[in-house]
Order: sequence, then C-alpha cells, then structure tokens
Amino acid sequence: MKRALTAGWLLFVASIPLWLTDLYALHVLIMTGIFIIAAMSLNLLLGYTGQLSLGHVAFFGIGAYASSLVSLGFEVHLLPDWVVSLKPKPVWLGMVCGIVLAGLSGWVIGRISFKVRGAYFVIVTVSFAEVVRLVALNWLELTQGPMALNNIPALRLGIPGVAELAFLRKSTNYWLVFTTALTCYVLIRRLVGSRAGRAMVALRENEPLAISVGVDVTQYLVLATVVSAAMAGAAGVLYAHYVRIVDPDVFLFIYTVTMVIMVVSGGKGTQAGPVVGGLIFGLLPEVLRAAAIKPEVQWVIYGVLMILIVYFLPEGIVPALRRWWRGRASTAAAP
Amino acid sequence: MSVSGDGLVVERLTLRFGGLTAVDDISFKVREGEVLSLIGPNGAGKTSAFNAITGYIKPAGGEISYRGVRLTGRKPNAIAALGVVRTFQKTSVFAGQTVRDNVTIGLHLRSRQRALAILAGLPSVAREEAQLAREAAEILRFVGLKARAGDIAASLPYGELRLLEVAVALAAKPTLLLLDEPVSGMNPVETASFMKLLGEIRARGITVLLVEHDMKMVMGVSDRIACLNQGRLIASGTPAEIRGDPEVIRAYLGTQFVHKE
Repeated sequence: MKRALTAGWLLFVASIPLWLTDLYALHVLIMTGIFIIAAMSLNLLLGYTGQLSLGHVAFFGIGAYASSLVSLGFEVHLLPDWVVSLKPKPVWLGMVCGIVLAGLSGWVIGRISFKVRGAYFVIVTVSFAEVVRLVALNWLELTQGPMALNNIPALRLGIPGVAELAFLRKSTNYWLVFTTALTCYVLIRRLVGSRAGRAMVALRENEPLAISVGVDVTQYLVLATVVSAAMAGAAGVLYAHYVRIVDPDVFLFIYTVTMVIMVVSGGKGTQAGPVVGGLIFGLLPEVLRAAAIKPEVQWVIYGVLMILIVYFLPEGIVPALRRWWRGRASTAAAP
Repeated sequence: MSVSGDGLVVERLTLRFGGLTAVDDISFKVREGEVLSLIGPNGAGKTSAFNAITGYIKPAGGEISYRGVRLTGRKPNAIAALGVVRTFQKTSVFAGQTVRDNVTIGLHLRSRQRALAILAGLPSVAREEAQLAREAAEILRFVGLKARAGDIAASLPYGELRLLEVAVALAAKPTLLLLDEPVSGMNPVETASFMKLLGEIRARGITVLLVEHDMKMVMGVSDRIACLNQGRLIASGTPAEIRGDPEVIRAYLGTQFVHKE
C-alpha cells in the first residue's frame, strides 16, 4: 500500500514534463529540484551530525566550476614556463570530475575540522566558501572572473554515430535533475538507516557518550562531509550544464542561507524535510510573482512565512505533521 | 608486563588540573572477574581516575594498562574497542532517540559494514541490521527495559534512564565495565534490583570497577574496595578490612557507619 503510494507519487512527479506546457514553469521546477538536492546534502550534515555548514555553497560552486572547466578546457600559466592546459573533455567526464572534486574538498574540510564543533565548524565552512569565491573571482585566467564561463556545453550521452541524447530541452534536463535527486535521496536513506547514520546522530546527540561506546565520531563526520559535499557538487554540476553559464555569484552567501531555510523549515534530521522545505521556498517566489504582487511585498511575504514556520513549527513542517498525524490516529483509536 | 589475572593495572597515576593535583600517585589493580569499588569523599579523585582510564583526560604521570595493552595515550573510542567501557556520573543517554536506538548505537563496535557497502545497499548490510536488532532486543530484555523499546529516551523515569545507560554500555560488549555512581538518586527498591542486575552482569564474566557512595551496595557487591581521599589511595582491601580501617573511618565512613553494622 505504502509502496504503491510512493510509486504513484514518483510517476506523477516524473510525468510533469509530459503535460506541463509552460516552459517557464518547467524551468522553475528544474531550479527547485537542483536546490532540493543541495538542501538534502546540507541536511545530511546539519540534520544528522548536527554540524552547520554555512559555506555549503562552496561545494555547489566547486562542482559547477570544475565540471564546466573540464568540459570547456583551459590553459593556465602557473609559473612563467609551467603551463597547465586541458583540452575540452566530454561533459559526462566533467560532471564526474565536478562531483569528485567537490567530495574531495569536503574531505579536506572534514579532516581539518576534526576537532571543531558547533560555532567553530560554521566558521571553518564560511571561511572556506569565501576563499573559494575569491579564487573564482580573481583567477581570471582560469575562471574568467566576473566575465563568467560562457557557452558551457550541455550533457550529451550515447554511442557516437548510433544514437545520441543531448540534454538541451527543458524536459530532458528535468528528468536528469529528477533522477539525480532520487539517487541522492536513496543514498542518504541507506546511510542514515545504517551504523554510519547512527554514528552521525550519536555525534549530534551526545558526543562523549558516543565515543565511550567506541564510535570514532571524526571518521563519520568526515564521511558525512564527503557525501554531503559530493551531492552539493552534483547539484552544482547540474546547474552549470543546464544554465550553461557560471559566474562567481554562484558562491553568494544567500544561496547557503536559502538551503538552510529549506532544511530548517522542512524539518532537519528528516528525509522528507528538505524536499518539503525546498518545494515551498523554491516555488514560493514564483507563485507570488505569478500572483502579480509587487516585488517588495513578495519578499515581505516570503520573510513573514519563514518567521511563522520557525515560530510555530520550530522542529519543521515534516515532524510537526507527523506528530499531528499520530495524535489524530491515537485520538481516533481511543474512543 | 601483565601478571596473569591482572585485568586493569593502574600504576603511579597522577592527574593535574592547572595547579590542583586531583589524583596523586595512585596504583591499583582490578583482577579479572572481580568487582572493585572506588570509594571516598567528593573530590577525592574517583571520577578523575575513571576519566583517565577511559581516555577522556591525559594523565600528568603514570601508566594504565588493560590485559597487558597500554591504555594511556589512546582515544576513548579506541579504549572502548579494547573492551573497557564506562558509564557517566551525570545521566547520559541519546535523549532524542528511542530506547532501542540508544542500544543500537551502543552496538556500533559489533557491526562491521563499511560506508561503500552501505551506500551500495548490499544484502550483507540488511543481514547485519537484522542481527543488530536481535542483539538490541536481547540487551533490553537483560536489563528489563524490553517494554520501553519504542519510547523516546527522554521520556523515561530516572531509574529506567540509569538502566538504559548500563544497557548502552553493555551493548559495546565490555570485558571491563566502569560504573560511575550508577544508583545515585535511585530509591531503595531500584537500588536492590540494580544490585541483582550487577550480579547478572558479573555472572557473564564482566569485570566491574565501581564508583559509588551507597555503602550498603558497595559492601554488598564488592570483592575488594579501594578508598581515595584528597587524590591519594589511603586503603584497599576486602569490605571487612575497609570497614575496620581507622583511616577510612576517619576520612569517609565516619564512626556512625561502623556502629550501625
């Protein structure tokens, strides 16, 4: 029954491009999907290990830049007579590189913050994001700085000369994002339902007790950071080859804040939380715009809604709904 | 270096916090299979000694070893992996998790699956999870919390919380269990049933190092007792010897206790 319901939902979400004719609406859904992937990845750290990565956008941007640069090719002069150059590579290889490089930078962050928790972890991640942003902005030879990387190729898959699928249309990009999001969701579910996920929760809830029963918390914090960073990188990769232009603004702090809002309002530490929060705060600005409300008023409504959610549902929408559902079930059973 | 039968060997342990010497040159042994109690007034250094044995603080001097393996310099999680597991003086559980999940977290060392196998969703992961669920249920039955398995830990009454702490520690399959004031705050009925549980833990071959102020319990369960005062070991021996030791009476027990017996 539950499985059939899930399958039905997934089929519905997958079928959207078949009947939704408004291309702009499809674009909004794609961008929301990319943000949901990023929010899910942030939730693995914030919701399960309890450590807030306020520089999460760095992993997103690293994925976007790395994938773009590998598929565009580059040539940089590191020393007067030392030139590193790369011929343009297929997009799928760029995508793999983007995800791997984001995961590696997550490993570095996890390793260097092996002893820092709470506010100090926040500082490490914020600083890291700022450093990466400055590099993207100022290393003109590699990143074009504020001029942005243009003409990033779209993904092409297939056997050359036989059949080829180019991800140029909105519908194909939608399915790519949908498949990636689903994959990330399944991977996170496997992780949090396992000894690794329990070790992360143990770190969040009571670190001294966790180590007393033999949990090597650092190892699992690093694992969470790597997986989280790689998934944020995957979101960045999808973004780069869909929008096909990447500039240093992908590192803007507001994007991390948006991810945090999605995770916290939806319910951190729950799997559905970032999806629900991502849908609400991803689609809300567009819905308000469609309602032809003045731009200033749009953001006031956005902010007020956010405050209301945090004030009345401090644990987030998903845990609150669950509690309400359970309460209803038990009162229905009582008389 | 370990003489057969010596489980835990603490040699010339010294602990300092700034200018304060909390533990001053103490040595004692816990033999395999016995229950050794550390007693003494508050501030005598009992919990500090616990923290040093389990790796939470670094000693200023001295050596600690277990079954011939040096513990000093190891991290708490590595010490737990050697079979030395502790509980905490202040109630310490994973408060937001269910009772069952608390114990399952405690089973961490009993599980083997690596991250890649977990991400790949291999069948061995599901098999291990089923095995862990069985082990958690067995431990909950052993401490008498089976009926509470689905409850959130924070909702348990105090006495059951303390049992849950022991259950989490037992899940790590210790061969040496360090209990820090496990019955403080318990009523006499709860204390009596805890003493019975301690007997069953012992029957499983687990060596116990106990810190406790409840003298009735200490005298009832201990094979040997070591008494600390102001960071120094002032006496050690059987319960009968300790009860009659003039220095222990003066520093800790008081004459009242002796008369009552």
